[in-house]
Amino acid sequence: MSSREPVIRVEDLHVWFELPGGGELHAVQGVTFELREGERMGLVGESGCGKTTTILAIMGLLPATASVSGKVILDGEDILVGGEDTISPHRWNDISMVFQGAMNAFNPVKKIGEQIAEPMELHGLASGKAARAQVRELLELVGISGDRADRYPHEFSGGMRQRAAIAMALACSPKVLLADEPTTALDVMVQAQILELLVRLSTTLGKELGLTVILVTHDLPVVAQVCDRAAVMYAGEIVEMGGMSTIYHDPRHPYTRMLFAATPDLLGDDEVISIPGAPPRLDRELVGCPFRPRCDSAFEPCATVHPRRLEPMPGHQALCHLNDSAMTEAAS
Amino acid sequence: MSLIEPLQAADEDALAEGIAQSSRPGFVRTAIMGNRAAIVGLVILAFFVFVAVFAPFLEPYDPTAKTGPVYDPPSSAHWLGTDDGGGDMLSLLIAGSRVSLAVGFIAALVAILIGGTVGVLSGFFGGKTDTVLMRFTDYMLVIPDIPLMIIAAALFGRNLRNIIVIIGIIYWTSTARLIRAQVKSVRERVYVKRAQALGAGNRRLVFKHVLPQVAPLLIANTVLMIALAIFAETFISFLGLGDPSTISWGRLIENAFTGEATINNAWWAIVPPGVCVTVVILACTMIGQSVEDGLNPRLAVGHLSVKRFRLRPLGGKAGAE
Amino acid sequence: MSAAEGTAAQLLEVEGLVTRYPIARGLYGALRRQPKLTVQAVNGVSFSIGAGEMVALVGESGCGKTSTAQTVIRMVASEAGSIRFRGTEIGALGARELRPLRREIQIIYQDPYESLDPRFTVRDTIEEPIRVHGLVDSSAAREAKVHEAMERAGLTPPELFIDRYPHELSGGQRQRVAIAAALVLEPKLLIADEPVSMLDVSVRAGILALLDGLRKDGMGVLMITHDLSTAAHFADRIAVMYLGRIVEEGPAKQVVRNPQHPYTKALISVVPRRDPDQQTVPQILQGETPNPIRMPSGCHFHPRCPVAEARCKEIDPELREVEGVDPGHRAACILLGAL
Repeated sequence: MSSREPVIRVEDLHVWFELPGGGELHAVQGVTFELREGERMGLVGESGCGKTTTILAIMGLLPATASVSGKVILDGEDILVGGEDTISPHRWNDISMVFQGAMNAFNPVKKIGEQIAEPMELHGLASGKAARAQVRELLELVGISGDRADRYPHEFSGGMRQRAAIAMALACSPKVLLADEPTTALDVMVQAQILELLVRLSTTLGKELGLTVILVTHDLPVVAQVCDRAAVMYAGEIVEMGGMSTIYHDPRHPYTRMLFAATPDLLGDDEVISIPGAPPRLDRELVGCPFRPRCDSAFEPCATVHPRRLEPMPGHQALCHLNDSAMTEAAS
Repeated sequence: MSLIEPLQAADEDALAEGIAQSSRPGFVRTAIMGNRAAIVGLVILAFFVFVAVFAPFLEPYDPTAKTGPVYDPPSSAHWLGTDDGGGDMLSLLIAGSRVSLAVGFIAALVAILIGGTVGVLSGFFGGKTDTVLMRFTDYMLVIPDIPLMIIAAALFGRNLRNIIVIIGIIYWTSTARLIRAQVKSVRERVYVKRAQALGAGNRRLVFKHVLPQVAPLLIANTVLMIALAIFAETFISFLGLGDPSTISWGRLIENAFTGEATINNAWWAIVPPGVCVTVVILACTMIGQSVEDGLNPRLAVGHLSVKRFRLRPLGGKAGAE
Repeated sequence: MSAAEGTAAQLLEVEGLVTRYPIARGLYGALRRQPKLTVQAVNGVSFSIGAGEMVALVGESGCGKTSTAQTVIRMVASEAGSIRFRGTEIGALGARELRPLRREIQIIYQDPYESLDPRFTVRDTIEEPIRVHGLVDSSAAREAKVHEAMERAGLTPPELFIDRYPHELSGGQRQRVAIAAALVLEPKLLIADEPVSMLDVSVRAGILALLDGLRKDGMGVLMITHDLSTAAHFADRIAVMYLGRIVEEGPAKQVVRNPQHPYTKALISVVPRRDPDQQTVPQILQGETPNPIRMPSGCHFHPRCPVAEARCKEIDPELREVEGVDPGHRAACILLGAL
């Protein structure tokens, strides 16, 4: 089931936003990653780091004030190259999204079943009875009784609506699912149910479903629980990326390390330490490493040289001079 | 229920920013100064207020005196001609601005004061106060305005004070409802609850926290009310219910009709006062609308545009569009 | 609570607190003579907080933790039970008598973007409590108090922030302003309703450390949170709530490491851990929390309880100490061996 070729590959993605007073906000700066079928990757970061913008760019859902450059390669084809024209055939069919607050985005006057069927009908995949049957299947897949297809959104609880939103995202059997803060507004028990669903969807054997999931969140423990890999974003860049375990036990970027240190663990005794300062403004050119003002391990090159993408271990990347032996030797 | 809200992204939605803008100080000034139509409206209104204030110095002739032939067309001596009594139209127009604007402003003030007070009391205290006040408002709404004006004129006499009172009584209800809705929503804001939790009394909550938030809406409403009141006075006077001892634009129009200006083809007796009323109302509307639009950024449809993002060449930096 | 705390009157003692919210029936309902429904938000809650102690009320939405806090500060009326602050019963006091008390009990809210009046500068906001209670006359003295509160809240140097408007500040800074405004009257008890859930992770620890510092200075803190990890780290005691009742309470670390009540056990099992290799097998309860209008009979948790027995439908368990576990750690479950 897991083929060698990545199912999705994002290369050097940049996003700029026009600012109302002139100038530009460089919201995403050279994001690159790839995922194989069935992998779950967490895209982690705090507010303003660019994680939501990244996945909106992949889906081609950015507004007119945005400009994008880079490649999004889905099954060998660059879907970003022609803009809307090349993305729209793939949208929902191959790659779909669960938005932040999706549970509140249902049309209150239409039945849930109708709304889930809508993408199927729009893409010409099924209609009428066939669509209804598929809707029931989808609901069962996400853990909702198929009879509830004829109910209205207000008759569902928050957690169930979130599952219905996931069902809607799966309506056209995509290969990749982008989930933006899917559990942020939910209770921890309901969160567990949703996360278990996402894990189940990406590991189902035998069916076409072996969904590749990108989970965007600010919640590190959630990523630690369900993701195989994590990419930590800061100031529009991926500052560290690698296997979940390696990132936790051997972080190669101070931000990652400090972010873990700032997160209380349920049973741990470590002191919880906040990170002083604030992220840099992205509407101006930055010199050196963007994390330097807040970093506890900054040294000479950090102020003037922007870090290169380094791979201290196979599969583990970091954007930090500390991993660059040339830099560390020159400094000492 | 304490659902935990998602963290706000730094690249904030422009709409959310817009809504937040109206809560900040200096909003009304920004809303007006940022809107070309509103600035034009402000200039026009300022012009008319100036004319009204300095009317006695600006009139070329004594408006009540016969200074020319009856229904004389516009000439160099009389820029806007004369009326059916030989009075200079321009002087009459200038003199009329005083009453029209004064009645408009004062009546609007009366309406806003009554409506605002009812709205604030109703929205802030809720419960029985709200029910009673809103019931009362409903009754007032139901009373038809024109018959009320006619009856009041007949019963209490035709003078300026009565006209102002009538207009105030007819128009306060819409303000009351609008303000009540806004006050109800502001009342529930967390910072108001917090002030209440630390022991602030009702007076402080209303004057320091609620009213400042309601102020932009109140200002927008007042300006629009002025427009309404000026129109109402014009209308009342046109019906012949106006104060016979004063000159106002409405009375000028009424005069023109009763003086058979149409038969005499004396357009200069009818059109100018109508134009003045229209222009002033337009000016007020433009000002008021700009503030209202500022309060409702969702009305700006830009974000619904089908235009999508743009692409840049690979490895593109700024300027490579 | 635990007699080991000492004989001095506890800062806050809540006993058998009941708060209900009526639900409007509407005309149709009234005509059909439907019974008047109430949301039983707080259904018999008892706990206490001592000076220098931080107690966390933990639970999911609808459990009644926020309603409990709102009732304690008397923003909402209780239907039954007692609230004693420094020995004085405050549950039935009128608005006038409550006013001086409002200086001693302060509250911070969840949303830093909403809890400050956008038209008030930082100075106005922090000054307001002083003005409301008419404590200080000269503006110089007021300014000094404002500065002091700002320093305590970590807003240094004060001059940098004092003339700013909320929209010019970050979420963490706004929350500090709210804390400063709460501190300026030097309260004895601070209620923090989800104080960090809307802040970035890197900022949370700073705010929580601030609250911890206040606790060390002798303030009592009641923290309302849904985040068990935060509660475990910063609170002295945790009280777990479900459907308006406290189902388990005790020293924070113990409740989290040695949970007794089936609900607590399930809750702990689903909280994600920081270490990807230390994830427990989540014991996911089916369904969602039932609505607090129609309470299940007997133990409120029995419909979802993985170990419920037949008698759980009939008996409503009391919070009591359990054998094999420290005194002061109590749970409300009849299946646990009682002392």
